Amino acid sequence: MAKFTLKVNGKSHVVDVDPEMPLLYALRNDLRLNGPKFGCGLAQCGACAVLVDGKAIRSCSLEVKDLGGRAVTTLEGLGTVKNPHPLQKAFMEEQALQCGYCINGFIIGAKALLDSNPKPTDAEIKEALEGNLCRCATHTRILRAVKRASGQAV
Amino acid sequence: MKTELSRRELLKAGGALIVSFNLFPSLDLFAGEAQAPGMPDPTQLDSWIAVAKDGTVTVFTSKVELGTGIKTALAQIAAEELDVPLGRVRIDMGDTDKTIDQATTSGSRTIERAGPQIRQAAAAARKELLRLASERLGAPADKLAVKDGVVSVAGSPSKRVTYAQLVGGKRFYKTIQAEGKLGEMKLAQDVKPKDPKEYEIVGKSIERVDVPPKTTGEAVYVHDVRIPGMLHGRVVRPPVVNSAPSSIDESSIKDISGVVKVVREGAFVGVVAKTEWAAIKAARNLKVNWSKPAFQLPADREQLDKYLTTNKSFTTLKQVEKGDPAAAIDKAGKRYEAVFRWPFQMHGMIGPSCAVADVRGNKATVWSGCQGPFRTRASIASLLKIPEDNVRVVYHEASGSYGRLSNDDGAEDAALLSRAVGAPVRVQWMRHDEHGWEPKGPAQLQKVRAAAADGKIVAWEFVDYSLPWTVAATMTLLASQQIGLTTKIPGQGNGNQGGGEIYAFDNTNVRAEEIPWMKPEANPLRTSNLRAPGQLSRCFASETLLSEIAADLGVDPIELRLRYLAADKRASDALKVAAGQAKWEWHRQPAANSAAAVAKGRGVAMTRRAGGYAAAIADVEVERATGKVAVKRITLSHDCGLMVNPDGVKNQVEGNIVQGVSRALYEEVAFDATGVTSLDWVSYPILRFPEVPELEVALIDRREVAPLGAGELSTVPIPAAIANAIFDATGARLRDVPFTPQRVLAALKAAKAA
Ligand code: FES
Ligand code: FES
Repeated sequence: MAKFTLKVNGKSHVVDVDPEMPLLYALRNDLRLNGPKFGCGLAQCGACAVLVDGKAIRSCSLEVKDLGGRAVTTLEGLGTVKNPHPLQKAFMEEQALQCGYCINGFIIGAKALLDSNPKPTDAEIKEALEGNLCRCATHTRILRAVKRASGQAV
Repeated sequence: MKTELSRRELLKAGGALIVSFNLFPSLDLFAGEAQAPGMPDPTQLDSWIAVAKDGTVTVFTSKVELGTGIKTALAQIAAEELDVPLGRVRIDMGDTDKTIDQATTSGSRTIERAGPQIRQAAAAARKELLRLASERLGAPADKLAVKDGVVSVAGSPSKRVTYAQLVGGKRFYKTIQAEGKLGEMKLAQDVKPKDPKEYEIVGKSIERVDVPPKTTGEAVYVHDVRIPGMLHGRVVRPPVVNSAPSSIDESSIKDISGVVKVVREGAFVGVVAKTEWAAIKAARNLKVNWSKPAFQLPADREQLDKYLTTNKSFTTLKQVEKGDPAAAIDKAGKRYEAVFRWPFQMHGMIGPSCAVADVRGNKATVWSGCQGPFRTRASIASLLKIPEDNVRVVYHEASGSYGRLSNDDGAEDAALLSRAVGAPVRVQWMRHDEHGWEPKGPAQLQKVRAAAADGKIVAWEFVDYSLPWTVAATMTLLASQQIGLTTKIPGQGNGNQGGGEIYAFDNTNVRAEEIPWMKPEANPLRTSNLRAPGQLSRCFASETLLSEIAADLGVDPIELRLRYLAADKRASDALKVAAGQAKWEWHRQPAANSAAAVAKGRGVAMTRRAGGYAAAIADVEVERATGKVAVKRITLSHDCGLMVNPDGVKNQVEGNIVQGVSRALYEEVAFDATGVTSLDWVSYPILRFPEVPELEVALIDRREVAPLGAGELSTVPIPAAIANAIFDATGARLRDVPFTPQRVLAALKAAKAA
């Protein structure tokens, strides 16, 4: 066990954990954040994604010790139902989910994409979210939501 | 964290203030709550509906939201009947201590079956509210009108009273009629509901109530439930079929801090730890010597086919028996015959099984994402050998489950581990647990024969050889099996729709033979219902052969179908709508470009399921050199009767189409004689974003037909439509699902040789 200071959603938290524990468990269990989800633990599905220094990272496969001092943003850090981030609002407006278990990964992935490419084409959106699995298969709505959030016609 | 609104919190929150004690029985499980006996009584209106002081209406239902939007649709139905704004209705779902068993949420049948129950309960509540208002206002009930929960007297609008003023915070104390049980239960049949022509809320596209918090992390899934004092568990399943630990070396995990206990009961092995990470590490590192498997599985597909076609069925599900197809086939000039194969497929929940259980003495509380809270309650009671009334199941949403969580294995695991340590335990399966041990959609094989004479189909013989579900309502789940509870029945049939029974051919035999599967013991290829059980496979076989016949006869496949659907207007309409939407134009198949490097084609298929209809037209491209199939577009017509929430229906339809494409192109569980070898998303790939086709959905509005289930129906014709499009593109016939590049290349070769 060792102590680490995690910078998450703009706040610092000290956790005392196994240095090799993936970040996902620190976020979910020590910080009680529900946005990032466990899907595979194998970096294969994207359900656990968070932003680390603005990049979409799979928190199931990043050990706490390797985080360094980098800032983490989770789905909760983007917005709330009362005050949603434009992406969250677009997902609501397009009704772009069914069970929603995967949606954390899609919103986080889309956020990283739009930050580097504010007006992506359909192909670019699909490509950027290729590593995110959605079994309910709401992809066409997700595509529209990301376009809407980027201010493009849907 | 708050996992549950306790009665006291409800009172404080001014939400559904409920004086009724029987809605909250067994609350002794929660510190400080008054104990109250008895389960809700279906003949009491209070068991279904409560009006709070602020006018909020709460509807109690054992049906659960699985991401399909039923929470919103049921609220629409209640709001419509009660004449209250939708925003004032809340739905309390899936708590076995507060709700009446309306059957498991499955088969897209909630709207069809629970919908009328909620509608009638709401209509009875409205009638009672009008009776109270008539007393209060001194006007006859037929002179009263209701708007937004306010009752007023026609002609004198100042005479008014609100629902909240009438019963807010009080019980109705009203008995209603209730006959039958579960999904068949008929409520308040003596009360006349609204005429659908007057509907203002039902039939409108409404934004789903569950969506916003799911986009922000505010939704509390079962995976997010945290109970004070909760420990974390993981299961350790055998690497091979039906084996038990011969020894466990606990010293293998002595260095992991926080391990509370290694639990072994019979063949069940699990670990409990203070933290989730310690439990994961302990489960991963625990050294278990497993006994030799007690039996072997068929080693590959070939052996599986032999198994399916040489074992005697334990039941035949007959669909149509008409005339003498065998004799007609013998006599006819043109004969058609083919064998079709369908693999084991996974439900593939993105979030693996998860549950929290708190077992104390002879009482248990389970937080679960199951499809059937009462089914889970029964299985936990039998597992722990305690009365059902001592078990409370509290539902929270889970990952979309497509049939998988009708069988709540995770809840049993959590219960066994909790009992062993005397504390609440949260269990989540790892990805290899879920892929390896989820009950699979059964493998199938069809033999289809048909004959034509004078351009007419004169005989149709369709036999489905299917493995049954070895996991079903009446059977034991994984942990139960591992501790020695066994199942005596061979399984439950995998359905018999989709074998061509919708067509009026002269001589027809359509049936499904259910082949008993390996001993219903702990087996990674145990089977359960998977979305539209068995019907994708049967529809693939029947609709593929039918299009093959059309091509051979030189007839438009849509025209050919329509000839035999004349008596079924909704079926014909579904086909015509899809054809119109896709601008279908017939040409002789295969298409003219079939020799091109990238060959393009389109195919059609249709189905009827549980009273609804869907027809699909697929546009595909086949890369001849590699055998890679790209589905470019699916056009689909969908008729599920009256639609409660059209955009909700569309969302379901779109998801089902795309899932159907995934199952047709990519999905096959790999196995060998000892177990399943598809243990992650690399070895069991599903469709990814770049492969998603364009979708064109035509919803057929049928206000005159009572609402039916939406969604499932639309996944059924997809594999057949794709196979027919591949034929159109290349002349190659696909008989085996999935259509992997390898299989397509082989079919291209065979087509060339023919
Ligand atoms: S849970 Fe991290 S990628 Fe699947
Ligand atoms: S919405 Fe259910 S997995 Fe994506």
